[in-house]
Amino acid sequence: METEKKKRVFRCDINGDECKGCGRCVIACPKHVLSMGTKLNKMSAPYAVYAGSGCIGCGGCFYSCPEPGAITIVEEVQD
Amino acid sequence: MADVVKFAKPAGFFDTFVRRPGPIKKNMHYCPGCGHGILHKLIAEAMADFKIKDHTVLIAPVGCAVFAYYYFDCYGVSSPHGRAPAIATAISRTNPDDVVISYQGDGDLASIGFNHILQAANRGENMTVFFVNNAIYGMTGGQMAPTTLPGQVTQTSPWGRSVEETGYPIKVCEMISQFEAPVYVERCALSTVPNIMKARNAVRKAIQNSMNKKGFSLVEFLSGCPVNLKMNAEQMNAFLNEKMTKFFPLGVYKDVADERAPVHHPVPTFDREKVIETLYPQAFDHAVEDNFRYKSPVFQKECKVKISGFGGQGVLSLGHVMAVMGKLRNFNVSWLPSYGPEMRGGTANCSVVFSHKHVGSPQADYNCDLMICMNQPSVDKFLGQLSPKGVLVYDASTISNPPTGPEQTVYGIRASDIAAEMGNQKMANSVILGAVIQMMQECLMNEDEKDDLDRAVEAALNESFASKPELAA
Repeated sequence: METEKKKRVFRCDINGDECKGCGRCVIACPKHVLSMGTKLNKMSAPYAVYAGSGCIGCGGCFYSCPEPGAITIVEEVQD
Repeated sequence: MADVVKFAKPAGFFDTFVRRPGPIKKNMHYCPGCGHGILHKLIAEAMADFKIKDHTVLIAPVGCAVFAYYYFDCYGVSSPHGRAPAIATAISRTNPDDVVISYQGDGDLASIGFNHILQAANRGENMTVFFVNNAIYGMTGGQMAPTTLPGQVTQTSPWGRSVEETGYPIKVCEMISQFEAPVYVERCALSTVPNIMKARNAVRKAIQNSMNKKGFSLVEFLSGCPVNLKMNAEQMNAFLNEKMTKFFPLGVYKDVADERAPVHHPVPTFDREKVIETLYPQAFDHAVEDNFRYKSPVFQKECKVKISGFGGQGVLSLGHVMAVMGKLRNFNVSWLPSYGPEMRGGTANCSVVFSHKHVGSPQADYNCDLMICMNQPSVDKFLGQLSPKGVLVYDASTISNPPTGPEQTVYGIRASDIAAEMGNQKMANSVILGAVIQMMQECLMNEDEKDDLDRAVEAALNESFASKPELAA
């Protein structure tokens, strides 16, 4: 089965303490895998959370996010 | 399993925002959902990708983004409100190889600094302008801006902006694109992801134009201010995409960068020696010795002279000659003409101040030591400014009996009549000058100083009228 294209796996890392809870990433995500959490961070703001799977690495949430380092998108590469 | 970073904090930002006061060093100071953060990210990414961090100057005038220098790892200048294009012009002309970015908001660019941006665009300065339009004054709490939409409710338009009262929103891209010089004008929206990606391309294109010295690029960004407009993220995007774009259509308004050759502006130089030579040609001219000063006690303190008359009588020239005389004899002098509408007739005047120390104020408007009045309105207006022990010299042909105090010294000279007898009434100021010199020589000076004063007058006349040799003769 070597000809089968390997499915690429992405992950959205959200730094909760840098998020201000504006919700822009939630509406930007085409796969609806981001949601606004109920906990508060150090700044007393609610922050976005990643569902754990389903990210396609499009970067929409990253470019929609007004904070520099709140969202990082990584690709999980199998060795 | 290894992780490969696809999208992360761009290298155009500092890692930690150490300049930002307070305990929070990783976040920006903007409100949640602010468009500035999105644009900052696009600029920082482009700066890192093009490797221009070391020669980029980002100028942020007053507005929410005035603290942009907290965040960008490049050079930065905070400028007064609306004046970023002027400062950008200076930086781009003196450092033609730098990428100069002017980052302005709508209250800044479209209101207080509108003429600055129009003139800079028309000159085609090599700079990139990022114009953030959120239809409101965000920093001050949501007042009506020049770009506020008709009917939009703000703090200062609680019933909605009325076009009958305050006109229509100003369309900056449409205006700038009409000029000949700008090479690239586009309007984008920082709303949904497709629009943000278009904005990203526009940012990169504008910065590349600047790197290639193509001239003036302006990109307008419709940007959200969710806190002041009291909207959530979804409502904000809908407002930008549906309401704002109706009045501010997105798109490229001008793109001629490919057809244009790189711009060349003259590079200003600052040669200190040359400036000194031009402004202060020579301090002494035929003086007795280099540090020569008149000994009379009158000159030990600051002397204030006011000369007034009607425009055309030569009161400014008379003051100028006296100031040059002082300069040639080692005084610190100031000559301050009054360029008001009274210059057209009435009470044109100038203040001349002589001092052995630094001149404090160049304005002689109280306690004047010497007052020269050449018409009646000047006496009426300025006599009160003469010191109680001061000296008044007036043109007795046109002024009768000025109401001077008991300790004031008064000389009435029939200057206009004398000048008319000599052939030209316009020489009345020279007659007065002669009288003042005679007065100084007789009252204040010893023999050496009298001779010296004559030489000083001649030198001063030559210098003052160097551009009009027929008058000097």
